[in-house]
Amino acid sequence: MKVEVVVIGGGPAGLAAACKAWEQGAKSVLILERDKELGGILNQCIHNGFGLHYFKEELTGPEYAGRFIDLLGQTGVQVKLDTMVLAIEEGRKVHCVNPKDGYMIIEAGAIVLAMGCRERTRGAISIPGERPAGIFTAGTAQRYVNMEGYMVGKRVVILGSGDIGLIMARRMTLEGAKVLACVELMPYSGGLNRNIVQCLQDYNIPLYLSHTVTDIKGHDRVEQVVVSKVDENRRPIPGTEMTFDCDTLLLSVGLLPENELTRAAGITLDPRTRGAVVYENMETSMPGVFACGNVVHVHDLVDYVTGESQKAGTAAAHFVQHGETPDGRVLELKNGDRVTYTVPQKLRLAGMDRSVGIFFRVSNIYENVEIQVTDGKTVLCRFNREHVAPGEMETITLPRVLAEKAEGDTLTVQIVDKA
Amino acid sequence: MYDLTILGAGVSGAAIAWQAARYQLSVCVLEKENDIACGTTKANSAIIHAGYDPLPGTLMAKLNVRGNAMVEDMSQKLDFPFKRVGSLILAFNDDNLRMVHTLYERGVQNGVPGLQILSPQEVWEREPAVTRDCVGALYAPSAGIVMPWRMAQSMADCAALNGVEFRLNAEVTGVSRGEEGITLTLQNGETVQSRYVVNATGVDAWHVRSMIAPPPYTMKPSRGEYFLLDKAVGDTVHSVIFQCPTEVGKGVLVSPTADGNLIVGPNAEPVSSSQETGTTAEGLAFVQRMARLSVPSVSFRDNIRNFAGVRANTNIDDFIIEEVPELSGFIDCAGIKSPGLSSAPAIGEYVMELLEKAGLTLTEKETFIDSLPHRVRVRELSPAQRAEVIAKNPLYGRVICRCETITEGEIVDALHSPIPPCSIDGVKRRCGAGMGRCQGGFCGPRVHEIIARELGIPMQQIPQDRKGMYIITGETKTEG
Repeated sequence: MKVEVVVIGGGPAGLAAACKAWEQGAKSVLILERDKELGGILNQCIHNGFGLHYFKEELTGPEYAGRFIDLLGQTGVQVKLDTMVLAIEEGRKVHCVNPKDGYMIIEAGAIVLAMGCRERTRGAISIPGERPAGIFTAGTAQRYVNMEGYMVGKRVVILGSGDIGLIMARRMTLEGAKVLACVELMPYSGGLNRNIVQCLQDYNIPLYLSHTVTDIKGHDRVEQVVVSKVDENRRPIPGTEMTFDCDTLLLSVGLLPENELTRAAGITLDPRTRGAVVYENMETSMPGVFACGNVVHVHDLVDYVTGESQKAGTAAAHFVQHGETPDGRVLELKNGDRVTYTVPQKLRLAGMDRSVGIFFRVSNIYENVEIQVTDGKTVLCRFNREHVAPGEMETITLPRVLAEKAEGDTLTVQIVDKA
Repeated sequence: MYDLTILGAGVSGAAIAWQAARYQLSVCVLEKENDIACGTTKANSAIIHAGYDPLPGTLMAKLNVRGNAMVEDMSQKLDFPFKRVGSLILAFNDDNLRMVHTLYERGVQNGVPGLQILSPQEVWEREPAVTRDCVGALYAPSAGIVMPWRMAQSMADCAALNGVEFRLNAEVTGVSRGEEGITLTLQNGETVQSRYVVNATGVDAWHVRSMIAPPPYTMKPSRGEYFLLDKAVGDTVHSVIFQCPTEVGKGVLVSPTADGNLIVGPNAEPVSSSQETGTTAEGLAFVQRMARLSVPSVSFRDNIRNFAGVRANTNIDDFIIEEVPELSGFIDCAGIKSPGLSSAPAIGEYVMELLEKAGLTLTEKETFIDSLPHRVRVRELSPAQRAEVIAKNPLYGRVICRCETITEGEIVDALHSPIPPCSIDGVKRRCGAGMGRCQGGFCGPRVHEIIARELGIPMQQIPQDRKGMYIITGETKTEG
């Protein structure tokens, strides 16, 4: 089986990339989705707040996905549901399996990776204590509550102030549970400010910054969770323990791009984002393989996922029609002071349109700062910000004419206090 | 009236049942938990030791070496993973080197095959990740790694196929001499009559024996805490890397697991009961510190799970396998600490010898089913083989656990094992769904649904693991 553009994943990233690849003239586009329906994690995000940027209106997760599924219906994009991709082999051969077609090897003209991300677990952060039932990642709890119709707890402590944790604080409260606390290791929240207000403050749920869970008690089901204050090195301070009587601990302690396929295919990954290293058009180190959405870096807003994925879809169609981006000057983007990563990581001047959007995150909360892009000698451009925070992804637009002026082959993005 | 009743379905109880199943006997196993292998069997280092550690002449020395020799053939016939990867005991100084020589001598006396003392260069050739502080090592090629719960399930499944009755959720609260044989009282008030009884209740063995008379030993349960690391770092080392046993303890090991992960642990902390399986910040920090002495590069950021198990240590430095003088026909099988897992198959044989001496007639069955059908493990198949199994059963084409690539077909097979699981972790321990880096975050709810469907029980009644470990607290609001 031969397909021009194979999109792996039918969540918001895959949907946007597939629609765009079709629109840009790809003659055959196929989405491979492991779940039984399209939409990805949006299907369990029944709260509103999606689409404010892209559609200029407030939608729920399923509504946002629905808009793209409708759009997809007007194209010739094919979809295989219930289909798991097992490997990507050289020559862009996609090995996948489903109950209906069995084992398939699809030869792809171009591939778009859109597998999304997964949640960090208790094990990943080694929370000591007993191992009773009642400890869920926030997303797993969200699936039980929103998709299956079951409650998973009555008295709840939430560790981590990531957005899913905050959303679940409100959701559990609305379903009649008592949320006792939201506990955050860092001195600031990892979630969007609007979620802190709408999901915690509106329901009088206390947020304990610079605190963490240091013990879990209960042999069969969670009975108590012990929370301690941490010092500036994030080490628990003895004597600061607070004990909460609860039956549930939800974890919202970070998301990790799900790159098993990417790694196995030998595509270069960025240890900072844990996603693929991508060029200006979202192409990875393997020619003709593109990546977009949370599999590249974890986004706060689906609207930005859509934009990034449309770029990848356009580039995949272009690759099929015109072949590889010609060789030429490549600039590497590096994170400078107070910046933790950038996407894309590399710019090929020959592949750049008039400008390129650069996403990045900052290492702490800063007020009244300037974002600078520098080649080491000269600051090529500057952007003012009143407020930046690690929980809110930053984006700047770098014009090609300025990138061309760079001396050397490295551009650094840095945050500087305003004079 | 049973001929033989075995208390406990951990690896010892399962092995005894598997051995007993060969004979013309009516056999019953009583297990207080809702599944096989819920105690120490599921939480240990998962090593089949070579047998140089126990003092010559002990039961441990004899049964360890014998058990080790049995496992490979069993793993083939009973379809559980076992890899003879060998082990190294590292020496970091002259004292350690002397210990290595002592263990070598001991191993030779115990009949351990192939022991060698290696130079540091030979160690690094085998294991480049081992510390440069290593000054030599004892190499034991016969040591291996196993999935201990699969080993116990396989023996239990085989016993069940041969007619052994397994009664789960059956905790014994009383033992007395009956009119004929022994009367066992269960927590629900029922009684079970049996001519012979074996107490294989692990850390609880003292407690059960004390229902008859004060035992001649005391339990000294000891907890060991572990890290289980992602398969991405499963090849950090290729064999079991031990440290020298010293007065302070046996040291911390770093080893691949039979499933391809890396296991690191344990510490040793005295505890008071089998229930104390929590981990502690101090214990985990100790394990990290100790492991880095052997393998400095162990990547603890790739941890996917911590766990702890309780060893059934006693004040006697040997297994205690004997007929209880106060109650003839009652065999105690206590103090099955390390190397209990390695010895288990041989413990099964040894207990049958004791039962025969105690008067039980052992007549071999004409038809003993000595092997289990090999389960489909889709991820180990070639594309053509996969296509073939999916054509027969489409459920082998639906991947439920994405981290470990476990299909719905394999989960359904697990749920129809001779002794079927009834919990999410029970399914995990049979087919590996939920064993990976997301720890069941994605597949947990789907496995939950499949259990409900296949076993015909409501979602609310399915626990995470043991009974009482409920997941669901109610339904969401339907109106208002």
